[in-house]
Formats: sequence, structure tokens, C-alpha cells
Amino acid sequence: MAVITRDLHLAVRQGGATFLALVFFLLTVTLFPLGIGPEPAILARVAPGVLWVAALLAAMLSLDRLFQADFEDGSLEQLTLSGLPLGGIVLAKIIAHWLTTGLPLLLAAPILAVLLNMNTEGFAALLLTMLIGTPALSLIGAIGAALTLTVRRGGVLLSLLVLPLYIPVLIFGVSAIDAAVHGLNAKPHVLLLAALTLAAIPLCPWAAAAAVKLSLE
Amino acid sequence: MFQGHDIACDRGERRIFSGLDFQIAPGQALVLRGPNGCGKTSLLRMAATLLKTAAGQLTWDGADIAEDPEEHRARLHYVAHQDAVKSALTVRENIATWSKIRGSADARIDTAMAAFGIAHLADTPAQYLSAGQHRRAALARLIASPATLWLLDEPTVSLDADGTACLQQAIMDHRADKGMVMAATHIELGLDDVEILQLKPQ
Amino acid sequence: MSLHYFANPTRFTRLAGRIQPWAGGLAALLLAVGFYLALIVVPADYQQGDTVRIMFVHVPSAWMAMFCYIFLAVASAVALIWKHPLADLAAKASAPIGAGFTFLALVTGSLWGKPMWGAWWVWDARLTSVLILFFLYLGYMALWQSIEDGQKAAKAAAVLALVGAINVPIIKFSVDWWNTLHQPASVLRMDGPAIHPSMLWPLLIMALAFKVYFVALLLARMRMELNLRRIRALRLAERSS
Repeated sequence: MAVITRDLHLAVRQGGATFLALVFFLLTVTLFPLGIGPEPAILARVAPGVLWVAALLAAMLSLDRLFQADFEDGSLEQLTLSGLPLGGIVLAKIIAHWLTTGLPLLLAAPILAVLLNMNTEGFAALLLTMLIGTPALSLIGAIGAALTLTVRRGGVLLSLLVLPLYIPVLIFGVSAIDAAVHGLNAKPHVLLLAALTLAAIPLCPWAAAAAVKLSLE
Repeated sequence: MFQGHDIACDRGERRIFSGLDFQIAPGQALVLRGPNGCGKTSLLRMAATLLKTAAGQLTWDGADIAEDPEEHRARLHYVAHQDAVKSALTVRENIATWSKIRGSADARIDTAMAAFGIAHLADTPAQYLSAGQHRRAALARLIASPATLWLLDEPTVSLDADGTACLQQAIMDHRADKGMVMAATHIELGLDDVEILQLKPQ
Repeated sequence: MSLHYFANPTRFTRLAGRIQPWAGGLAALLLAVGFYLALIVVPADYQQGDTVRIMFVHVPSAWMAMFCYIFLAVASAVALIWKHPLADLAAKASAPIGAGFTFLALVTGSLWGKPMWGAWWVWDARLTSVLILFFLYLGYMALWQSIEDGQKAAKAAAVLALVGAINVPIIKFSVDWWNTLHQPASVLRMDGPAIHPSMLWPLLIMALAFKVYFVALLLARMRMELNLRRIRALRLAERSS
């Protein structure tokens, strides 16, 4: 869709945002060995949780970009008036957001997993859960981003609204990796995570579109 | 025919205006007048389906526009206070993006830029443009993707005399082409044969 | 008489004004009876001793925490779908009360946890879920406060409440899931063995007392909110005349 290409084009031209999310991800993960100590066994034990928490925060911090800039310069209004259904526009923007944040985070995660001495058995599960789970982060986050559009300096409020809703993604994502690391069956965890994302695909754009409409009134 | 019957508008918990009627036939232009805060922008936003009417009805050829807002949106252009021009993109890219989203032909982009005298800026990133040039790029969208109803909110802000003349010409061509215009403006657009709707503060 | 009969704010205020003292009095009475039973009549538990009495506050608060959120979500749905003018008000008024009960449940849970688990806080599935519920309440209230336009805030908060309501069971399920993976630190669970009937009665009376108290408080808060709106309207009228 034209809206996805537009957002991707803008992201490439403006640059920076994807890079910042990645650097944030890297930096947060780096803090853990410094905070906990460099012992490989401990790091390997906490690696899945650390990676997911850091990815969660990085995805959340990039959310304000989703609608805010377009809201401020009037583009969001023009998009709404383009004659396309608003839910579709919102979904397109969410997809573009995932392509510019979720996907890079997913690609960076294995490298950071190596830094944390994560057990190699967990790598496939890490990639798989990130692939399934990060779209849910963009989807759920879109609701928070849309609700806080009219709020000045809505960043803190955004995290308060969105983080509790991220908890199930975190739990299922980490438990799947843990299961894989310990040689257990990761499938039920992955399936639950997939169910979560699939449920979010129709519901979140709809709720976010309602919130966007509200902010334009 | 675009009509409003007995429209009322609330902002916050305050009634801005009520009992407003208007109609615009193909080829006609309606100019909204009135002091600040009397609801000109609100009325335009209602006509664009961005704002709900507190009472009354807006109809297009007799059908309520609230019933199928997407269809109504596809036939209108709303030029707002904000230009919706992305500074990272060139002028041509800016106009082309909206043409693509609205599904109109690329061939019109050059015509549109020429009509507003910004053809020589086509490949300049919008961040180097002046406020007036920004506005011209926003107005060029009117030509680049055709729509019947133009809703213009203070379209001449930051335009120079030449820019205003371009806009006048565009409006005249649009009306000759059976288009409709609804504009809020403080200054004379220099157009003859327009209806004037005077909004009174309550 | 339809639901809309009470939609009229003046009628509501009058009715609420009449109910409120009764509800308040009843709540006080039930609380007194409940506390008497819980603190004096009920014998100390053979295992937990007197600490079991915390349950009579903790469990009803936890129930109320859940109940208030359901109430909040239903009121929000009514406000969004039927645009009932008092539903927004009810939702807004119930949030701080719910947050209060949630906080009470957390504090009493923590107090109860100390003698039972030897720690003020244990990442038990229930406590964790209640903690997350508390965050949901905080987010809801923060959103109300951050949006200046009252009507916009009402709608945005209603959307959030519904999104939250869909998520609460998912969160609850995921936390239980998480908890069964990481074996609980202690064998003793809060729900413990089945409740003896002699303890059930005081518990139910306390639960009822909390509920009636909620009604009294809700009505008071709604009336206050209505009066605030009236003052605002008067100010606006003054300014424009």
C-alpha cells in the first residue's frame, strides 16, 4: 500500500530513528553484565529475559514516532481524509513501524545473545519468538501512541499505558526461549504468543483508529 | 449539491454556533466570514467529516455525509493551517506521495507545480523552502489529485501577491470545471460572484 | 421507566442524594459487624494464628479491585456505545475507588505475606496480577488527567478501559502461566486449604460491606463531579455574557 511505502521512504530519508532504537537496545543489554557481573553462567541464565525486556523498551521508545510527527504537521489529518478507511491506514503505519524497528531489533538480537553467552539451543526460539512477538508490540503500542497524541510530552504516560499490556508478550516470549534452552518443548509457549499476535491484528488497528479519530476532533 | 441544514457546533462545553444553513451548487463558491473564534474552522472541519455536528445535517446530493464518510472524503480536499509538507522530501516527492495515496495520475504533478509557480523547486527538499513556498506546495495538491469539493482554511496565509493570484486562477478554473469551493478567509480573495456566509459569535 | 429516566443529571443528583446516606450508614454498620466477627468471634487459625484475620480485609479488597475494573469497563462501553451522559461520570468516579481497593489488597497481601512466607513481597501469581491491575488503574487515571478537553478525555479513557478489560484475562492467564513455570517460593498458598464455614460468613459480610461502601463513595464522587461541571458551565456562561 502507498501508505507503507510513504512511511518507509520517510524513515529512510529522515534516518536515525531505527539506528537509535538499535543503539538503545544494545546499550540496555550492555548495562546488565555491568550491573549483575560478568559471570557467564549467570548471564546465560538471564539472557532471554534481558533481551526481551530490552527489546520491549526499545520498541516502546520508538512508538511516539508512529503518529506524532504526522499529527503535528497535519499529515495525519490529510491521511484520514484520503478516502481510505482509517483502520487500514493505521495498520499500514503499524506495519511500517514494525519494519523499521521490530525487524532490526529481531536481527540484532542473536548478536546480543552471543554477548550474553546465551545457550545456542535457544537461538532458534529467540528468533522465532521475536518474529512473532515484535509485531504484537507495534500493534498494542499503536493504541497507546494514538491515545496520547493530544497530550503534551506524552512519553511517560505512553509507557504507563503500554507496558502493562506488553506483559503477556514478554512472558510467553521468554518462557519459550527458556523452554528451548532447557531442552523442553517450546511449542505451547510459541503457540500462545502467536495467538496473542493474531488476536491483536484485527483488534488493535481498530482501537487505535478510534483513538486517532478522537485526537483529530 | 453540498448542503448544510440547521448545523450547530460545540467546542468543549460551549456552543459556538447553531441554526446554520448553507448550500453550494456545482461551480459555486462560499466564503465564510466572521471574527476569530466564531467557528469558521470548525464548520470546515465538519464539512470534511473530521468533526461531528452537535445538531443538524450535512448532505451531498441529498445523502447524509456521515453515512459513508470515506466516500465523502474521497471527493474533497481540505487545506488546513498545517501544510502537511514533509521537510525530508523534495517538493515533487511531497506532492507525488499524496497523489499515490489518493490514486491519481502522476502526469498532473507537473501541471500542479506549474500552476503554483514552484516547478523550478521540484527537486528541492522542502526544508529549504520558505513558508510561502511551503503553502504553495500544499495548495498544489488541489490540482495534483482532482476532487470536487475544496475546503480552504485561510489559504492565503503567508502567500505573496503572486501566490494569491495563482490560487485565484486555480479556484476560477476549478469552478469553471463544476467544482465547489468553501473557504474561510479574512482578506478579499478578489473573486466575484461568491456567496458570503457571515458567522456571528454567540 | 427506562435507563434514560435517570440520565437527567438533576434527577440523578436528587436520587443519589437520597440513597447516599443510607448506603453510607449501611456500609458502616456492615463494616462494624464484619470487623467484630473477624477480629473477635472468629478463632485464630491453628496454623497461621491471628494473621489469618488479615484475610478478611485482603480478600474482599482483591474482589473489589476486580469488580471495580469490570464496572469501569462496562460503564465505558455504555458511554461509548449508547453515549449515556452519566456513564462517563460513573467510569471516572469508579477508577480512584478501584485503585484504592487494589492498593489495599496489595498492602494487606504484603502484610500477610511477611508471617506466611517470611518476606514482605513474593512474586506470587495473584499478587503480581493485582500489581499489574494497579498499574492499569494508574494509567487510566493518568490519561484522564492529561487530556484537557473533558469530552475527549472521556472517550480516550473509555477506549483505554475497554482495551484494558480485554487484556486483563490475558494478563492474568500469562501471569499464572509464568508462575507455574517458576515454582512458587513457598508451599503455602494464599488460597490455602478450603475455608471453614465459620470464616465464610464474616468474609461475605465484609465483602458486602465493601460493596455498599463502593456504592456510597461512587455516588458521592459522581455528585461532586456533576457539581464541578456545573461550576465550569456557570463560569463559561459568565465569561461569554
